[in-house]
Amino acid sequence: MGTFSLSSLRKPLVFVLAGWSGFYVMAIELLSGRILAPSFGNSIYVWGGVITIFMLALSIGYLIGGHLSVHAPSLRRLGLILMAAALTTLPVIIWSDALIDMVFTRVSDPRYGSLLASSALFFLPTVISGCVSPYAIRLLVTQLQASGQSAGKLYFVSTFGSAAGTIGTSFYLVLLFEINQIFTTLILISLLLGSFAILFKPACHE
Amino acid sequence: MGLLIMCGAPAHSEILHTEKSLYRNIEVYSDDELRCLRFGRYTGTRQSCINLSNPDNLEFNYTRMMMGALYLNPNPQHALIIGLGGGTLPTALRKLYPGLQIDVAEIDSAVVRVARQYFGFTTSQLTHATEADGRVFVKRALTQPVRYDLIMLDAFDQEYIPEHMLTREFLTEIRGLMTDQGVLAANTFSSSRLYNYESVTYQNVFGDFFNLKDSNRVILIRRNGLPDMAEVRRNAAALEARLKPLGVQNEWLLSKFSNVKDWPANTRVLTDQYSPANLLNSK
Repeated sequence: MGTFSLSSLRKPLVFVLAGWSGFYVMAIELLSGRILAPSFGNSIYVWGGVITIFMLALSIGYLIGGHLSVHAPSLRRLGLILMAAALTTLPVIIWSDALIDMVFTRVSDPRYGSLLASSALFFLPTVISGCVSPYAIRLLVTQLQASGQSAGKLYFVSTFGSAAGTIGTSFYLVLLFEINQIFTTLILISLLLGSFAILFKPACHE
Repeated sequence: MGLLIMCGAPAHSEILHTEKSLYRNIEVYSDDELRCLRFGRYTGTRQSCINLSNPDNLEFNYTRMMMGALYLNPNPQHALIIGLGGGTLPTALRKLYPGLQIDVAEIDSAVVRVARQYFGFTTSQLTHATEADGRVFVKRALTQPVRYDLIMLDAFDQEYIPEHMLTREFLTEIRGLMTDQGVLAANTFSSSRLYNYESVTYQNVFGDFFNLKDSNRVILIRRNGLPDMAEVRRNAAALEARLKPLGVQNEWLLSKFSNVKDWPANTRVLTDQYSPANLLNSK
């Protein structure tokens, strides 16, 4: 009975991971502006640099995630992807000050300074986060006929998560917590959800 | 010359220039004798005004209060102004001190252009305007040998606050740019929850400051400690004749000086990690 109830959680969990990943990416994108502002300002081009890096990273992530989903896809591996994205965000908490100072002293144009600093800090975790959606779609699709519907539902959940991450962070979280506290909490939630997902044994059809 | 031509303008509100810059809607309009700059059409608060028949006069109480900085250091050599607006502050300082070196940091190149074209702001050998985010300018200046004995911070308005310029880390950087006798005048907020947060943050970095309140609040600081009121009055008396043509009345300005701490000391200090200034200002 235990196994049965656990395996009925598979599909919901795929949606939870994808929705959370959407939340995670946008929360981090918003906070990245905060981290860069002291050295590169709040100018329109700083945001331009941040958004460029996140979009570029996501696009590459989609490609890699789709590629990974071809060979032996499993919920367990999706959990690992989420945890990898969380762990590669850790340097932001530990080294962002030192790294930003280093870029600041070497690059005087704040456009390229912010572009360089945001690539160094956020490119890798965002590429990995980008893998989540296509990989999750693969786990949901069982029939060709319903594949578009599965993809639609997944886009809905993950983009809805992004919207929630954006409003939640900018309207409420920054009013209550320090930036590093928010980062730490985001990372912990990802690790928690990811480790829950790796408890699942591969299903028959996986 | 531009000012003389405008004397014949009709005595009602007239829009002279509108422009959408990268950061805001800029509008220049005339209202009787006044020519004003505002950000955001109709709803925006006035950023700067000049009186066309008396252009030396400081029209806003907050700009008069900013001149209180000179009571703490009557002979500045090198000034930094963050936030240009219509250029009221650098223009007034130029009139008062012909030999003063003035650096201005303004994020919006359109504002610099409008200040030149409509408000008589001029740059020269002695007045430099840099188009840069104030925080970035300060951080960059710290790597250079330049230090300032007068800093005026005028980068905030009621609609939007650059949150990275209201934190302990930013004020520490500002402090690092000041000479020992250096003075800081900051135009900030007199109402809203932000008042308390801002007060403890300035106190945390600089210690005691003079708090001048009107519809705005101006904070005056001297890096190596505040002078006593006797010294402030002596400096005020020495400057009286020069400040009068700007519309700054000695007694009025002196009456604004206060060092009463009218905020709860246990308020949270704003930092780069925690700075929801716009949210705090919204109530």
